[in-house]
Amino acid sequence: MHTRRSRNQVIPAIIFLLPGFALFFVFFLGPLLYSLRISFYHWNFAHVDRSVFVGFQNYIDQLKDPIFLRAVINTAVYTVITVFVKMVLGFAVAILLNQKLRGRTFLRVAYYLPVITSWVIVSLLFTYMFSGQGGLVNYFLTNVLHATNKNIMWLADPVLALVPVVLVDIWKGVGWTVIIFLAGLQTIPTELIEAAAVDGANNWQRLIKIVLPMMRGTLVFLLVVLILGGLNAYVPFQLITHGDPMDQTHSILTLMYRATFERMDFGSGAAISYLLTLFVFLLSFLQLKLLRKPAGD
Amino acid sequence: MKRSQLQKNILSYVLLLLGLFIVAIPLWYMVSTAFKPQTMIFELPPQIWPNPSTLNNFIKALTTDNFGLYFWNSTKVAVTATLLTVAVSSMLAFAFARLNFRFKEQLFYLLLLGMMVPPVMLIIPQFVISHWLKLYNNLWGLILVYVTMNISMQTFLLRGVFEDIPKDLEEAAMIDGGSPWTFFTRIVLPLSGPGLAVVVINSFLYSWEEYAWANVNIGDSASRTLPIAIAFFQSAHLTQWGQVFAASLIALVPVVIIFIVFQRYFIQGISTTGIKG
Repeated sequence: MHTRRSRNQVIPAIIFLLPGFALFFVFFLGPLLYSLRISFYHWNFAHVDRSVFVGFQNYIDQLKDPIFLRAVINTAVYTVITVFVKMVLGFAVAILLNQKLRGRTFLRVAYYLPVITSWVIVSLLFTYMFSGQGGLVNYFLTNVLHATNKNIMWLADPVLALVPVVLVDIWKGVGWTVIIFLAGLQTIPTELIEAAAVDGANNWQRLIKIVLPMMRGTLVFLLVVLILGGLNAYVPFQLITHGDPMDQTHSILTLMYRATFERMDFGSGAAISYLLTLFVFLLSFLQLKLLRKPAGD
Repeated sequence: MKRSQLQKNILSYVLLLLGLFIVAIPLWYMVSTAFKPQTMIFELPPQIWPNPSTLNNFIKALTTDNFGLYFWNSTKVAVTATLLTVAVSSMLAFAFARLNFRFKEQLFYLLLLGMMVPPVMLIIPQFVISHWLKLYNNLWGLILVYVTMNISMQTFLLRGVFEDIPKDLEEAAMIDGGSPWTFFTRIVLPLSGPGLAVVVINSFLYSWEEYAWANVNIGDSASRTLPIAIAFFQSAHLTQWGQVFAASLIALVPVVIIFIVFQRYFIQGISTTGIKG
């Protein structure tokens, strides 16, 4: 019965899988492997036959390049700060919104608005707010807070230029973590929390002993997705800093773009993207191992 | 007891409204700037609402620089990519959830690779392949890549939804002489509304606002989509923020409509698809 049935389903399976896998091979898997090949060449885009095989030279060149290392540091700092802040703020807002409050649907939608606003638009918006002359942020710092008495040239400084990039990511991303945390919180049975309250547990104890352990799945999911997103940051760097000043504010992927499409060095661009992928794979593997381990208790 | 509950509620509201204020400031600044005349773009202190205010930015954005054409390009790309993503990924998900065949799990894991690799990483080889297939400067080059970049995640979500459909319904459909195709179109799809709504939202938003690939694959100004057109306009007219944000607000209209229409399903969808506590 079972074998006859599985034999019968080979043809439907092929029909259902074909469109998706055709696309997947032509536009994903094929390019992925092709890019590995490009990364071993001094690639000549106009005359592919004149490309020269150079082995690992593109990779070595990148690892020795201070601009690449700077991009790695920028990306790492950006990822650590944005992921941490988005997790903490997102969790806090989700806990607050998980109560029976009037108008919480409105609040939920309002917190989600930045998420649906496109990256291009919010990146330009933060560029404008952080303008050196006449920007809203400088006005707030000098005239309202009196924290400084002269305008800060955010985008002209290799470190300060990262401030709007980090802030735009947090501002745009918190709403998403809120929604995911809320979905996780709603799977916790309220009886469990009420029972703990009857047993005399205070709010904080209930949070640490019941809510957090029960949210393990949500936490792992968010951590993996947010870190992956952070490492792949592209649009806010590209549109807010353009890597300026002096190529000190690239993310790994804006550097890849610059190597490939501004300097037409496809080999180096492909090598950069493979270094990032390698790192992402290693990290995902480590994360899953570390975070899954204590699940047995 | 009651009193402390009241205090807790007040504290919650204060914190939530403070957060709302921070979320709202940039959005308000964008909207009010879109109504500012050019002479007031860098005028401080900021006014709650610009006085005098003007609709000129919207009129200029709509009438110059082919904005209507870019809007139409974006619409074509996003609608086609969304329909194709829904069709292709629900077919894939159906095969993985409901059919028996060899190497099923291996193929599924291969497909999930698509969730691990960032789309931007692939723009170099996709650029090369797009030239081979004559898809450079062609909106189909955008559509096919967007569908591909979406199917892994959306198939993953839908597989979970389709697996929850009771076995009895499948047997009932099969006894009546139905094929997998009738089971798929008559029972599985109609019962998966919220899951499919999430796929529609995800793929529409992705295709409507994608920047990196469109920026590389579209060289010809007549084929630009909104995100690259807006970024291009800003870099060409560095201080014309009023027009930039007027155009941005118009570009946001379809997104807000989709969000409002599907909002109910969206929250529901997250709790029914894949992510379970």
